[in-house]
Amino acid sequence: MIGHRLKKWHVQIVKQSGHIEMRNLLARLRRTDPRHFQIFALAALLSYGIGLLQLDVDPIQAIAILLTSLLVQYFGNRLTSDRPYDARSALISSGSLILLLRTSSLETAIAAALLAVGSKFVIRFRGRHIVNPTNFGIVVVLLLFNDAWVSPGLWGSVALTGAALMFIGFLVVQRAERSDITFVFLFSYAAILFGRALWYGDPMSIPLHQLQSGTLLIFAFFMISDPRTTPDARPARILYAVALALAAAWGRFALYEPTAVLYALILLSPVVPVLNIFFPGKRYEWPSRSDGTELKQSPPIVSATTAA
Amino acid sequence: MKSNTKIAFVAIVLCFVWLPSSLSAFCGFYVAKADASLYNQASRVVLMRAGDRTTITMENDYQGDLTEFAMLIPVPTLVQRSDIRVVKRSAIDHIDAYTAPRLVEYFDPSPCPRYSRGGYGAGGDECSPLSPGGGGGGRSKSFDIAREGDIYGVEIEAEYTVGEYDIQVLSATFSAGLIAWLKDNEYKLPTGAEDILQAYIKRDMKFFVAKVNLERQSASDFSRLSPLQVSFHSKKFMLPIRLGTLNAKGPQDLLIFVLSPNGRVESSNYRTVNIPSNSNVPLFIKDEFGPFYKAMFNHSVEREGMRTIQTEYSWSRAVKCDPCTTDPPPPDVIAVLGNLGDGERAAINPNTLHITRLHVRYTAETFPEDIMLTETRDRSTFQGRYVIRHAWDGEIKECEEARSYFRRLRDRHEGEAENLARLTGWNVNNIKAKMRGTVAGIEMEDEDRGFWGSVKSWFGID
Repeated sequence: MIGHRLKKWHVQIVKQSGHIEMRNLLARLRRTDPRHFQIFALAALLSYGIGLLQLDVDPIQAIAILLTSLLVQYFGNRLTSDRPYDARSALISSGSLILLLRTSSLETAIAAALLAVGSKFVIRFRGRHIVNPTNFGIVVVLLLFNDAWVSPGLWGSVALTGAALMFIGFLVVQRAERSDITFVFLFSYAAILFGRALWYGDPMSIPLHQLQSGTLLIFAFFMISDPRTTPDARPARILYAVALALAAAWGRFALYEPTAVLYALILLSPVVPVLNIFFPGKRYEWPSRSDGTELKQSPPIVSATTAA
Repeated sequence: MKSNTKIAFVAIVLCFVWLPSSLSAFCGFYVAKADASLYNQASRVVLMRAGDRTTITMENDYQGDLTEFAMLIPVPTLVQRSDIRVVKRSAIDHIDAYTAPRLVEYFDPSPCPRYSRGGYGAGGDECSPLSPGGGGGGRSKSFDIAREGDIYGVEIEAEYTVGEYDIQVLSATFSAGLIAWLKDNEYKLPTGAEDILQAYIKRDMKFFVAKVNLERQSASDFSRLSPLQVSFHSKKFMLPIRLGTLNAKGPQDLLIFVLSPNGRVESSNYRTVNIPSNSNVPLFIKDEFGPFYKAMFNHSVEREGMRTIQTEYSWSRAVKCDPCTTDPPPPDVIAVLGNLGDGERAAINPNTLHITRLHVRYTAETFPEDIMLTETRDRSTFQGRYVIRHAWDGEIKECEEARSYFRRLRDRHEGEAENLARLTGWNVNNIKAKMRGTVAGIEMEDEDRGFWGSVKSWFGID
């Protein structure tokens, strides 16, 4: 009898402490830099692609991209005395480049990394970079080099479940105030696809298949969600996301350009500073610097519910 | 009046894909070929892309009643009569044979020093097979799994003659009334065709209808229909497969050959993967290459859930084939497949062309959308290539090295059996049983070793 009661208490205590641990974990997750999760997600996508999808990554190219990105980031930070050296953004840029850019030459791969990370320090307006680094690197290399390409079909649609799980995780970590752009973009793009299918009388399997493009999801979650190159105010972000979806769909279906999303983003990037003038908002800073100190202008990270 | 009651059947074709009810029997396959003849319900299409000009050559295998046959072909832009013509099947056969998955045969050299200094495994000449069991020199001989038949007999029809077909090019304004026109002309449309036609019309696609002219057909020597070819200028680089899935009874096979000046071609809306290649397979595959390749392709399709397009060949014409199954397509064949006039022929250097062979098995469920294609800048080489190696036919007593040669041979045969099982899904024990008849070295090795020989072998001492 006593044993039974003890067991009950024990279960209760474990349950409660489990609850507290869960809350702590969530709190810690929210406090963590979203870039950590992004790096993890990119690594997982890379492993998945190489292991199961015949993603052909030349190890030497990958290392070259990684080293170039880190070097440019290091010297960029040193020379511009913008902020202390922080490898995380360079890691994300190189990871995305390895995932998306296909090329047969080492020079092109290095050039893409150089352009991508270098653009952060060169193409600036009012003290912040304008274009998404990976996007810039890929587009310039596609236009200027004749041995680079992007494989929009590479990720197929089987990747959907895994990708969805990862992206949900990402949204938990990423503060909701900045993931609106991803949601609005995907929602608008889906609306265009379904609207198009209705207009043509197509079966719904067609827009569903188009939406399941792994490349589209990678773009939506890892490229346009970059808080440093998106508008500061929410109304501006919503406008921007809708414009992106329209431009991407127009390029894809009217100009028959399979990689239209990439061009849409680069062409619309100069709009962001303009939008920031008309819709002023708080500039986004990553939660912490590499030395671990919180940035003063950054909004409170731990909300009331996670005070435990 | 009688002719009015006859219902003509529109075999709605993608480009060539249709499946009239009369075609159901498997036509049989030809052993030692891995070209299109392996598959029933297979169609072949050759695309040549130069800038925004696409030339599509479509072949069909229709074997039903020709009086009931017509093809409805969607094209992205309005075409002139001169854009449509027929070409001889041999042009497609040539590309098919040139790019077909191939079996390569190698012979082991003698492991004994008087014949070869390096011995088995020390080879590595340019032609060595890519084998996990070690390279090795030796005579190499490629198996020509090509079709026979005349390769260069490419005939270019006069501009306004389109072989055995009566072509009805439907004008831009006419396309809108297409469905009514088809019905008025008593074409029988498969269920669901109207929706898809409407969707194509809204996408501003144009159409032409090809009907067989029976008089011309009976005058020709060929029992099969000639491939139809159409050229047009459009940024759209795609294959409209949706109509073709309508009267299909099951999965269809489509072989797509693309000649592009830029590099490998892949799909932008479906995953394109390389077919498993460069594997060592058992000797008996020499007599069963057709069934082997078919089984391997089936296995690969199943593994991918019939949702991918498989690349079987991707090679620049300028790069020497290795091994060649047939001569590279000569400029004449390329001019035919690209519908190139004299001026264009001079402008396009055949050697700059990259040839891609894609193989897709599809149903309406797994490929709901038309196949969109994109040119990559990838000029690396890939081919479906499978290797058989004949063992050295000497005796184990001939020299010391022979002993270790036969031991390695046994491991190699194990590996070949496992490769084959992995590629095709066949039972590995059945494969080994089948190999026993052709494999000489295995038992000898065990007999000769003896007790101490076995103990030594555990420690890797010969």
